[in-house]
Amino acid sequence: MRYRPLIRRCSGESAAEMKNNFTFNHNPLLSERLPVWRARFVLITLLLCSVTLLARAMYLQGMNEEFLQAKGESHYSHILAMPATRGRILDRHGKTLAVSTPMKSIGAIAELAQLSPVQVTQLAKVLGMDTREINRKLASQKDFVFIKREVPPDVADRVAALKLPGIRDEDEYRRYYPFGDVATHVIGFTDIDDKGQEGVELSLDDQLAGKPGSRRVIQDRRGAIVEDVESIRRPQDGRDITLALDEDIQYPAYSALKKAVEVNRARAGAVVVLDARTGEVLALVNNPTYNPNNREHLSGAQLRNRVLTDTFEPGSTMKPFIAGLALESNKFRFDSLIDTGPGAYTLDGATIHDTEAHGLITVAQVVQKSSNIGAAKIALTMRPEDMWNMYDSLGFGQPLRLGFPGEVGGRLRPYATWRPIEQATMAYGHGISVTLMQLAHAYLTLAREGEQIPLSLTRVDAPPLHGRQIFSPEVARQVGTMLEMVVGPGGTAPQAAIPGYRVAGKTGTAHKAENGRYTNRYVSSFVGFAPASDPRFVVAVMIDEPNGKSYYGGDVAAPVFAQIMTSALRTFGVRPDAPIVPMQVARAGPKPREEM
Amino acid sequence: MRLTAFLIILTLASALSVVSLQHQSRNLVTAIEREQVRTHALDVEWGQLQIESSTWAAHARVEKIARERLGMVTPAKDALPSVDPSVLR
Repeated sequence: MRYRPLIRRCSGESAAEMKNNFTFNHNPLLSERLPVWRARFVLITLLLCSVTLLARAMYLQGMNEEFLQAKGESHYSHILAMPATRGRILDRHGKTLAVSTPMKSIGAIAELAQLSPVQVTQLAKVLGMDTREINRKLASQKDFVFIKREVPPDVADRVAALKLPGIRDEDEYRRYYPFGDVATHVIGFTDIDDKGQEGVELSLDDQLAGKPGSRRVIQDRRGAIVEDVESIRRPQDGRDITLALDEDIQYPAYSALKKAVEVNRARAGAVVVLDARTGEVLALVNNPTYNPNNREHLSGAQLRNRVLTDTFEPGSTMKPFIAGLALESNKFRFDSLIDTGPGAYTLDGATIHDTEAHGLITVAQVVQKSSNIGAAKIALTMRPEDMWNMYDSLGFGQPLRLGFPGEVGGRLRPYATWRPIEQATMAYGHGISVTLMQLAHAYLTLAREGEQIPLSLTRVDAPPLHGRQIFSPEVARQVGTMLEMVVGPGGTAPQAAIPGYRVAGKTGTAHKAENGRYTNRYVSSFVGFAPASDPRFVVAVMIDEPNGKSYYGGDVAAPVFAQIMTSALRTFGVRPDAPIVPMQVARAGPKPREEM
Repeated sequence: MRLTAFLIILTLASALSVVSLQHQSRNLVTAIEREQVRTHALDVEWGQLQIESSTWAAHARVEKIARERLGMVTPAKDALPSVDPSVLR
């Protein structure tokens, strides 16, 4: 309001006064006319500028919006990996044989990890490592170097608490095998990246392995997830595998074999236990063995799986099959007599020996007393083709296809190339090589009255309905009786007998062949089944190069068989099928005394 | 005029409820994430407990304790009585 008079005053001033003492508004320069194009030029330029900006804005907002959205999203949205765990391996009762548990690995990003000596000492102390080792790893040329892997999560937390520059932890899994070396040859192991390397871990790796997934989330400033945007791929945990293995049979088999290998100062040994009703592999043990949790000093001998991936000449354990073939051919009966002579028999310039002279014995006694000459003489009455067919249909010479890595089939040469001496030796298990599993499988056929069923490493819930009939039931029963005689008086394996049960089985003592010549080293074996009246288990025992008092299968392998079979029968509560002498029978009436 | 006011109030209320629900949903997502982390941690613990239980129950350990500390023995063959089912019937 105060200025108004001033303005009025100004406007009231005369033109003459202005000329001399003019104000800004009446600057004479202003009265000069500017060219019109200048104003237009400025206007158009400004307009163009704003149109350009508008167009650019429209382009970014409307047509190329993904780019900016992605840029913006990258500040708050993240893709998170969702780890999947490897499936467990369980025994038939659900006991954990292998399980993965999360671990951390501590690594360093070389560029960022410039640690002071004090920091290195701190790190070394927490990780329980040597400072020099850490320094050596930090000096590595690589961008990222692992300092220590498979670190327990609590230790990793303490490392994180040190807040060292460039030191990161990463999630990883470690596989634990609670039963250690007991079942390691079946289970196998995984490598540091959780991939199967041996055994079931390798053969069923695709089922056990989980598939990690990922998802997109929105995280707030503190890293907490506030919105689940989308799941890119759902993680899939690996499947649990239930094996046929029974830990309650596996352990007794393991300890019995271990003891036998020690006592006999043997090079190695192997045991396999089959369920005669289902064909499941209840136990599979090797010695020497190794602890899958600590595999620092592994040797080939420890890794070898003598049940499935190694073959040996089976020796006399093959005799029941030739006896079966003999009965099947109707040329021989159970009690047909064979002259085994003075214990030596020469054929084609080679001499076949028996351990002692048996003279005139029956077919059953050939098996019972394990007469090589008897078996050879029986074999020589057969056509090679028939013998080959029998061995072939029993599964010798070809892998069992259990799905186990490295399974081998052994050696069964085509019958057209057999010379008579070879046909004779093959009858008692030389010149042919088999795996222990094949041998057990063949005995399973005898235990099942001549019916062959496939084997299984995993639990079978419904036993196979129909198998393949290899021997007629009558023949298989008669061979079974011969095998019972082996364990009975006058047989080669009285030590395989189990009080209360009828046991059938056969010993084997084979010379080991090396570079085409037989040496004075032996493989002792015993394969059998029990109870003979209604077989539940087939147990096969093999001891490689026993160096103890005896090397005969009846002395070395048969006692192991008896121990394992006894505990299997007891564990499964199988009813005795033979009278115990002297038998103690709990009668109905007064309660038996406590110490019974 | 009245309708407009009504609609404005409605819009405002809706906007505010969107904000509040968004907030609630984020809280819930955070909560479920927390629970999932806990589930995972419990899974891990379960696995470790399985290892532990298997280790304690290992046959070798049980046998050692049974034989050494408890002085148990495998019964001799003739010390096992056999029950005759026909007698019980």
